[in-house]
Amino acid sequence: MTELLRLEKICKTFPGVVANDHVDLEIKKGEIHALLGENGAGKTTLMNCVYGVYRPNSGKIFWKGQEVEIHQARDAIALGIGMVHQHFMLVPPLTVAENVILGLPTRHEPFLDLASVEEKIFESGQKFHLKVDPKARIWQLPVGIQQRVEILKALYRDAELLILDEPTAVLTPQEVEELFLVLEALTEHGLSIIFITHKLEEVMRSCNRVSVLRDGRRVDTLAIEDTNPQLLAKMMVGREVLLKADKTDLPPGEVVLSVKELSAIGGRGLPAVKNVSFEVRRNEIFGIAGVDGNGQTELGETISGLLRATGGKVTISGKDATNKTPFDILNMGVAVIPPDRQKLGLLMNFAVDENLIAKSYWKPPFSKSIFLRKKEIDKFSEKAIKDFNIRTPGPEIQVKLLSGGNQQKVVIARELSKNPDLLIASQPTRGLDVSATEYVHKQLLAAREAGAAILFISTELEEILSLSDRIGVIYEGEIMGILPGKGANILEIGEMMAGLRRSNTGSEQPKKEAENASEASA
Amino acid sequence: MLEFLGIFTTVEFYIAVVQMTTPILLAAMGGLIAERSGIIPFGMEGMMLMGTVGGVIGSGLTDRVEVGLLLAMLAGVFIAVLYAIMAVSVGANQVVTAVALNMGALGLSSLLYVLAFAGGKGEVIEDVIRVRAMPLWKIPVLGEIPFIGKVLFNQYPLVYLAFFMAPVVWFILYRTSWGLKIRAVGEHPHAADTVGIHVLKVRYLTLIVCGMLAGLAGAFLSIGAFNAWQENMTSGRGFIAYTSIVFGRWEPIGAFLGSFLFGAADALQLRMQTQNIQVPFQVMVAFPYIVTVIVLVLSGKSAKWPAASGEAFKRESK
Ligand SMILES: Nc1ncnc2c1ncn2[C@@H]1O[C@H](COP(=O)(O)OP(=O)(O)O)[C@@H](O)[C@H]1O
Ligand SMILES: [Mg+2]
Repeated sequence: MTELLRLEKICKTFPGVVANDHVDLEIKKGEIHALLGENGAGKTTLMNCVYGVYRPNSGKIFWKGQEVEIHQARDAIALGIGMVHQHFMLVPPLTVAENVILGLPTRHEPFLDLASVEEKIFESGQKFHLKVDPKARIWQLPVGIQQRVEILKALYRDAELLILDEPTAVLTPQEVEELFLVLEALTEHGLSIIFITHKLEEVMRSCNRVSVLRDGRRVDTLAIEDTNPQLLAKMMVGREVLLKADKTDLPPGEVVLSVKELSAIGGRGLPAVKNVSFEVRRNEIFGIAGVDGNGQTELGETISGLLRATGGKVTISGKDATNKTPFDILNMGVAVIPPDRQKLGLLMNFAVDENLIAKSYWKPPFSKSIFLRKKEIDKFSEKAIKDFNIRTPGPEIQVKLLSGGNQQKVVIARELSKNPDLLIASQPTRGLDVSATEYVHKQLLAAREAGAAILFISTELEEILSLSDRIGVIYEGEIMGILPGKGANILEIGEMMAGLRRSNTGSEQPKKEAENASEASA
Repeated sequence: MLEFLGIFTTVEFYIAVVQMTTPILLAAMGGLIAERSGIIPFGMEGMMLMGTVGGVIGSGLTDRVEVGLLLAMLAGVFIAVLYAIMAVSVGANQVVTAVALNMGALGLSSLLYVLAFAGGKGEVIEDVIRVRAMPLWKIPVLGEIPFIGKVLFNQYPLVYLAFFMAPVVWFILYRTSWGLKIRAVGEHPHAADTVGIHVLKVRYLTLIVCGMLAGLAGAFLSIGAFNAWQENMTSGRGFIAYTSIVFGRWEPIGAFLGSFLFGAADALQLRMQTQNIQVPFQVMVAFPYIVTVIVLVLSGKSAKWPAASGEAFKRESK
């Protein structure tokens, strides 16, 4: 196979960060090349250098053997490079066809000729399993289809190299399979693919070669035949990692959180949570699986009092908690790890110790009448920093100066050190590297053993599967079904995530359980 | 009451409706293009004001209306380019910049008028200076139709241009690649940037078109329907044009209807004054503005603003 793209010693720094450190990379014609690395390893930055979004500080780019200068996206497109960004670059009110031809000269400039574009889109759709309605408007389409539009957009520009930045993050397992079929069809027609991911199975599933990035440096490039998931994980993280969390068998205790027919309106004024019912018990992790944007965030917010319930009931430890203030709910023994730690979880300009007592500073021992008791606060925060292994130069350091993983540790330390009855953990590992993710998992399991009931919301299906005792699958704000975590069938969950299937036990189950529970307690 | 209803039976009223719609419509079409590309066209008042004085100076000094129109467009574009430099290149707050420019244009237009007609001596000009105004163009055949011919086809050239602009703007927005670029830039400039569209260039161009049309709208007031200049001659019509855009949900047809509504309100107010109907003068003058407020209140909520309107575009750090 011939070489299509070669990077030589690419360096890219941001203020205070070396994102890419002398990276070499070679892409052959017709291959699917995985770019594997943890969050923050520099994958996106490297590809943005290729696509002209960033200018590398140094290093060379060769295209078909010729050295090229790529100053902006336009240059990359002209060479035949297409990129599907992690956040799609589509204009929501425009149609598929309009998005596809955007920026290109039309056949009879300046007059639009959408009919012929629509035809061409239809043809490529046939050829590469990329069916879309060219007349549909982007905002009407599910994310999986929007991704197809992005790919079609690149194909329409005669891309020979297609860069996909974490394309599977927004897909259900079935959609991931479909995407791989598309990629295989594309390589059969001679295209090359760079597939960015941090998921090992995906690399093993369908890539030809893999390059591993760690801390901005390329560790190695290997053919898939010569590697295995354990080896890749080790290269990616730099040490041995546990691929599975170990969880003890614990019988669930009494019901702590009970949600009945809960509904809420989301930020866009549309129903985000629809008629949701489930229960979470002591010593139990109840996972909410679903593709991002299906109401899971709003569900967590409604239970923790940030969003108004428009119908239904939330009961915590037997007390009504529907539409109580977040403060009242906090005082019911509820801990919350919010999905966006920087906006909702932390006061970024405040010190580590101040953040640690942010939800208890008015209570003894931290406070006496109107005065804060520095000594008690110091004692508490030093212990928390030690217990939760927060890497900080000291308790008085501003939280914004810590790394993402350590910021999350501050949130977790604050929430778990009060031994909550109920923990609502919403996307607690989002954007964290493997070590920090492992750490969060361990803490969740420890809280479970300590007797907390845990509502665990995540869009990463793997962690839902490895941690949850029971799993509720959410689709467009509705619970499609509740399954036991042990031996859960990933394809079944995938179909529910896509709204294609509803478990027959689904909405009935919680009611029966509630009866059982009341019998048990009687 | 009968007197009031009598207004609606006169052909003069309908001619006035068409003529009062014209400046609002011209400016609204320019502003619509600008806002669809993501720039709030709040500076239209200033562009129109400069258009009024540009028209009067051009026509007054050369005795040729065409020169007046040309100067009016240039004057409107002058404010538009200043606005573009601040709002597009610098990325300053658009509303604040527009307010400053509108106030500046108010002063500048008076200054230019005095400089042009008082020989640079800065004297106070006592008398109204009459200049050559646009002739009426009677369209052959159509102009002969009773009533309709008088109202629609025996009008000033700028009236025809204004009414022609609505379908033209619609066509440009929805049937050309220029319009596609404009809409993309107004909704998601980053997406437009990644497919190689020059976001800033598109915004500069739409603002220049806006300046030209708003300048002509101003000229219509000073050398179209009238033949002299007065201070603050637009008296808020630039803002009313913007209101028409909001009323019309950023669609050319809607903005056309909005302009027409305000034009009719304006004409009614004028006719009521000339008919000496016993309503306090101030109420009549306020009438179009009251309609404006009501329309804004009613249409404010479900409005579908171009998503990136009002936001400056900057690429991520390189
Ligand atoms: N625009 C930017 N400004 C400053 N730092 C950045 C920017 N983009 C990325 N970084 C930093 O560069 C590093 C690599 O980031 P990125 O390329 O996004 O990693 P990945 O895609 O592998 O998760 C991270 O430390 C990140 O914080
Ligand atoms: Mg990335």
